[in-house]
Amino acid sequence: MTVAVQEQKPLINLGLVKGHLIAGIAFLIIAMLWGIFYALQLNNMFPFPGIEILSPGRFRMVHTNGVAFGFIVNSFLGALYWVVPRLTKRKVLSDKLGWLIFWVYLFIVTWTVVGIHAGYGQAVEWGETPNMFSPNGSILFPIDTLVMVGLILIAIQFLTPIFKFGSKQPMYVSLWYFSVAFIWVILTYAMGNYLPEFIPGAGGATFVGLYIHDLVGLLVTPLGWGMMYYFVPSLLKKPIWSHAVSLLGFWGLAFFYPLQGVHHFIYSTIPMFAQFGAVVSTVAIEIMVVTVFINFFMTLRGREVAPVVNMPIRWFYTGMVFYVVTCIQCAVHVQFWAQEFIHFTDWVVGHAHLIMFGTFGFWLIGITTDLWPRVLGRKNWWSPALHEAVFWMCTIGLASMFVALTSAGLVEGFLWKGLAPWEVSLESVRLIWLFRTATGFLMWFGVLLFAFNMYMTAVTPETEEAGAGLPMPSPAGK
Amino acid sequence: MEKTIEKFQFIFLVAGIGFFALAFIVSGVVTVSAISDLPYTTLDEISQDVSPYFVALSNQYPEQFEKYYPGGPTSENYREALDLGRNTYISEACWHCHTQQVRPVANEDVRFGPVSTAAEQQNELMKPQLMGTRRVGPDLSRESGFRSNDWHVAHFYNPQSVVPTSVMPRYSWFFDGREPNKKGIAMITYMQWLGSNVEQQ
Repeated sequence: MTVAVQEQKPLINLGLVKGHLIAGIAFLIIAMLWGIFYALQLNNMFPFPGIEILSPGRFRMVHTNGVAFGFIVNSFLGALYWVVPRLTKRKVLSDKLGWLIFWVYLFIVTWTVVGIHAGYGQAVEWGETPNMFSPNGSILFPIDTLVMVGLILIAIQFLTPIFKFGSKQPMYVSLWYFSVAFIWVILTYAMGNYLPEFIPGAGGATFVGLYIHDLVGLLVTPLGWGMMYYFVPSLLKKPIWSHAVSLLGFWGLAFFYPLQGVHHFIYSTIPMFAQFGAVVSTVAIEIMVVTVFINFFMTLRGREVAPVVNMPIRWFYTGMVFYVVTCIQCAVHVQFWAQEFIHFTDWVVGHAHLIMFGTFGFWLIGITTDLWPRVLGRKNWWSPALHEAVFWMCTIGLASMFVALTSAGLVEGFLWKGLAPWEVSLESVRLIWLFRTATGFLMWFGVLLFAFNMYMTAVTPETEEAGAGLPMPSPAGK
Repeated sequence: MEKTIEKFQFIFLVAGIGFFALAFIVSGVVTVSAISDLPYTTLDEISQDVSPYFVALSNQYPEQFEKYYPGGPTSENYREALDLGRNTYISEACWHCHTQQVRPVANEDVRFGPVSTAAEQQNELMKPQLMGTRRVGPDLSRESGFRSNDWHVAHFYNPQSVVPTSVMPRYSWFFDGREPNKKGIAMITYMQWLGSNVEQQ
């Protein structure tokens, strides 16, 4: 009786994992290329001058939105379709709903690119996605509402198995982070995309600040750490070092992260008590960052060779090092004395690249490194050597971009305070900006090779000599 | 019982909704209510007082002006130009490279003019707010009257012609040939409005 066997559907829908991982990397390539175009404008080498739909400012908006919504969220969704069923021992709510979300989401991100280039970008940083409009410019449908519907569908899709499992018994750490991320992103998106339309000036800026910060802190960070709590112990084949410390990390993040948003507008017209409060909670969260960092590096004890021999682990721990650098930087540069110099400068741009690519980009590439051969049913990548090259291109590119932008920021900040003519600040960082474009190219080329490796892995049949332990967990050294 | 803290309901309600609501109230609602008594100016009220720079544009480019703003520099046309100028400022992402806030530190008041106040930003052209988070070019919140209309025309057409080291793109689609079109006139009008509601020393 084979019928009964066929009725037992698999726990995980591999198609959804594949679809989201491919879409994520595709948007990463587009978004990074768009960033390079914008960097070329700062070098006065923009390739399409004088064409309205290819205006450099529009590239700037597509770059940030593409990375956040196109790459990061898509790749996380792919990973969630893999992780959540395994941790809850239940399927997600519906595969059909999954494909609906996939196509709605693809449409929203594509529309963001098209609409911004058509000249309808909105004035909320990271919320520029334009409304649906007819050719004469009248609004057909507010996109923010469609995004809200999509986010609610995503929440229903994943919270159903988590609720069924976690309402009766204690959940694993990863699921704590996932439980809150889905509701946080709905609340954050509603706050950031509706309130600034109705509240002018400093009041609106308060909510914009909360929105830009919460999108990183309440969506990307909890999903990222949730993934780390799943992938790191399972690849190292040992439990996380301390359960109590992971509790501390989670509750610290949940309490202090939402309170920080106003620190994007230090010395602005927002009332000072809000600015002081934001600075205090930004410093407070560093304690939690340190606990999580200690937890993961203590987990690595006895498996020290893993970051050398195991590619996903290497991406993860490199990302964690960048994370700690970013967070220590946060506690320092959020101070009022530092904001006097580095606010508005390239320092902040360097900081943003370090966290978004250096940490979350690295983690998601690491997750894709682990999952891609698995969803294809292979042992290994088409070319582990190429993968090694991708890692070093991204690491060297990102680290040198961070150093370049940070130094450019210091130069700008001191020249501005010193009342040098504005042109001097541009002239002084000209070479640094040229170097920055080169580092961007290096990272972009690395990601392009990663995508090529993905493609070849999918189309090339596996040979016997491949599989030299690269993406699969290796026995730790001994 | 000690395992409650690791169950879905507790985490979802306390961390997911409770902590977010707390932060929303403490950071957001309290802050907004602290400045909610400041008077608010609508675009209709702003446009009652037609800017001399808008009138000057109508004299400098009479054909273009009549074509795009028929009826001369009236309040209605001024309103339309300010609105279009602000919307273009948003959709071209000008606000990603220029700020609209003068901070009380780093000699910004010496460079740009009076320090920004919450009161001056309570108007419809600052809804949504455009304070900005990055300065590639200078702050624009004290731009009104700082430069001439002619300077702006030349600068939008080719920034390097007036500021050789500039990295600003050319906005040739603000022009028909060499004369500003509807968007060009609107952008210059908006630039010449920024900061005109602030008492200059």
